[in-house]
Amino acid sequence: MTQDALISVRDLRTAFGPHVIHENLDLDIRRGEILGLVGGSGTGKTVLLNTILGLKQPDGGDVFFEGHRYGGLSVAERRKVNSRWGVLFQNGALFTSLTVRENVMAPLREHVSMPPALMEEIAGMKIGLAGLSPEAADRYPSELSGGMRKRAALARALALDPDILFLDEPTAGLDPIGAAAFDSLILELSQALGLTVLMITHDLDSLHAICDRVAVLADKKVEAVAPIEALMRNPHPWIQEYFHGPRGRAALAGQGG
Amino acid sequence: MRGKALSQVDAAGSVIRQDGAKTVVELHGDWTVETIGSTDADLRRVEETTAPGDIVIDLTHLGRVDTAGAFIIGRVTRRCGEPDGDFHFIGDHPTARRLIEEVRARTTVCSEEAPPTFGFGKALARIGAGLEAMAREILDTLGFLGRTMITGVTSLFVPSRLRLTPTIWAMEEVGVNAMPIIATLSFFIGAVVAYMGANLLQSLGFSVFTVELVGIAVLREFGVLITAIMLAGRSDSAFTAQIGAMKMQQEVDAMRVLGLDPFEVLVLPRVIACTLMAPLLTFGAMISGVFGGMLVAWSAQDISPSLFITRFHEQLDWSHFLVGMSKAPVFGLVVAIIGCRQGMQVGGDVESLGRRVTASVVQSIFAVIVLEALFAMLYLELGI
Repeated sequence: MTQDALISVRDLRTAFGPHVIHENLDLDIRRGEILGLVGGSGTGKTVLLNTILGLKQPDGGDVFFEGHRYGGLSVAERRKVNSRWGVLFQNGALFTSLTVRENVMAPLREHVSMPPALMEEIAGMKIGLAGLSPEAADRYPSELSGGMRKRAALARALALDPDILFLDEPTAGLDPIGAAAFDSLILELSQALGLTVLMITHDLDSLHAICDRVAVLADKKVEAVAPIEALMRNPHPWIQEYFHGPRGRAALAGQGG
Repeated sequence: MRGKALSQVDAAGSVIRQDGAKTVVELHGDWTVETIGSTDADLRRVEETTAPGDIVIDLTHLGRVDTAGAFIIGRVTRRCGEPDGDFHFIGDHPTARRLIEEVRARTTVCSEEAPPTFGFGKALARIGAGLEAMAREILDTLGFLGRTMITGVTSLFVPSRLRLTPTIWAMEEVGVNAMPIIATLSFFIGAVVAYMGANLLQSLGFSVFTVELVGIAVLREFGVLITAIMLAGRSDSAFTAQIGAMKMQQEVDAMRVLGLDPFEVLVLPRVIACTLMAPLLTFGAMISGVFGGMLVAWSAQDISPSLFITRFHEQLDWSHFLVGMSKAPVFGLVVAIIGCRQGMQVGGDVESLGRRVTASVVQSIFAVIVLEALFAMLYLELGI
C-alpha cells in the first residue's frame, strides 16, 4: 500500500447474484489529488463509490481508510470518519422536506455543537461557497433547477469541511457553461481547502480540465490509473475508443491539446 | 495541518489583549468546524465593541483552520472598510489569510427568517383559510368525479379504450386480496353485536331476538361500513401512493405527452374495480358477520344454528340486505375517487406525498361516514 494513499481498495469483489461486477479490483486515492473515475454504463462506478462509502458491504476484499480497514472500525470511529467525508450523490439526494439552508445545517446539527446563529451563518457561507445566491437558501429542493440543486448538494457535502469529497456525476445534466463553472468551482475549492476528490464523470471536458489522474473501470477491475495524457496512449481498446472517439477528440480539441 | 487524524484536534481558544489603541485577538489551537462553537460569543463581542480599524488578529499560535474557522476569524473584521488589510494580521500562517479572503469573497448574507406571528386575527385567518380550503376540496373532488364519469361514459361507447388488464389487476388488489381481512373484521363485529345484545335481551327474556339484532345490524350497516372503512384504509391509501409516486417521477406527465389520458389509464380502472368489488366484499362481510353472531348466539345463549337460520329467514325482510348492498357501490366509488384525486395532487416532494396520503384516508373515511348518515335519513324517510 502506498504511503500517501488516503483510501485504498484491495481485491474488491462485488456481485449481484451470479452477475459479477468487480473482481480483484484495486484502487488508491492519493491525498490531495482529484481522481476521475470513468467506465462504461453498468461497469459499477456508483456501486464502487457506495462500497467505498460503506453503504454496501463488499462481497470480498477490503477498503482501507488511512491504513485502517473500514469494516474493522467501531461505530464511533466510523462516525468520525464519516464526518470527514462529503458526498454529492448523483441526483443530489437533498432532503426534500427541508430548505436548502436546513439541508446544509443538517450535518452541522448532527456532528457539531455550536450556537444556532453561528450555524446559520456558516450554512450561508457554504451556500455562497457552492455558488448559490442567498435567495436560494430559503427555497425547497423541488423549487430549484437541476444546476442549483447540484450546487445545494455540494454546499451540504462541504458543510463539515470534509477532507475527501466524493462526487457522482457532478456535471451531468448541466449546460456546458454551468458544467465548466462547476468544474472550476471544484478545482478552486480543492486547491483552497486541500481537498481530496473522487469524481465519477462521463464529462470528458471535466476530465481534461481538473482531474490529476483518471481511473478507468473496465473488465471488472480498474484497468488503468494515470494522468490523462498517459492514459490516452494506453492500448486498451475501450480506453482508445473512449478518448479517441468523436467526443473524445472534440474534448481534446477544446483543451487545445 | 490538514489530514491529521481527527482525534487530535486541539480546542480553539482566543486571548484578547490591548496593545496601545489596538485590540489584539490571539488565536490558539485548531479552528475547525468542530471546535469553533465555543469561541462564537467572544469574537462577536470583540466585533461589536471595538472600532473595526483597531482589531488585530494574531495568527502566530493558530493550528489547523478550515472554512468554518476562516469564516469566524474573518467575521471579526468584516465591518472594517478594508477587512483583509495587512494591518489586521500579525504572525504567519500557511493557509489562514488566503482561506479567510476566499471565504469572505464567496460568503452571501442570507436573509433573516420572518418571525412567526401570533394573535386573534391570525387565528381567524387560519380558520377562514381552512374553511375555504375545505370548500375548494369538495368542489374539486366533485369536478374529478365528473371528469371520471365522462371518461367512463366515453369508454362505454368505445369499449376498446377500456383498460382491461389494469382493471382486473386492480380488482384483484382491491377485492380478492382484501377479502380475508374484511371477513375477519366483520366476523368479530358480528360477534360483538351478538354479545352486546345477549345480556340485555336475556334479562328481558327475549334472547331469541339476538337473531334480528345481528341480522339487521350487520346487513344494514356494519357489513358495508366495515368494507368501506377497510377500502379507505387499504386501497384508497394505496391508490394515492401509487399515483402520487408516478406523479413525482413524472410518469403521469410522460403519459400525457405520449397521448395517453391518465384518467383512462390510471383512474378509471381503479374506480371501476373499487365500485364493482365493494358490493362483493360487502356480501362477504355480511356472511362473515352473521356467522360470527350465530356462533356467539349458539355458545352464549344456546340458540342453535338451525334455529338461528330458520328465524333469520322468517323474520328478516330482504330490504335490510338490499339497503346494505345499495350503499356498497357508492362507498366504493367515493373511496376510489378520493384516493385517485389525492394521488394526482401530489407535487414534486416526498412531504406532499405523505400529506396527500393522509388527506386521502381522512377524507374518504369522513365521506363514508357522512354518506352513511345521509343514507340512514333517506331510507328512514322512504320507510325502507
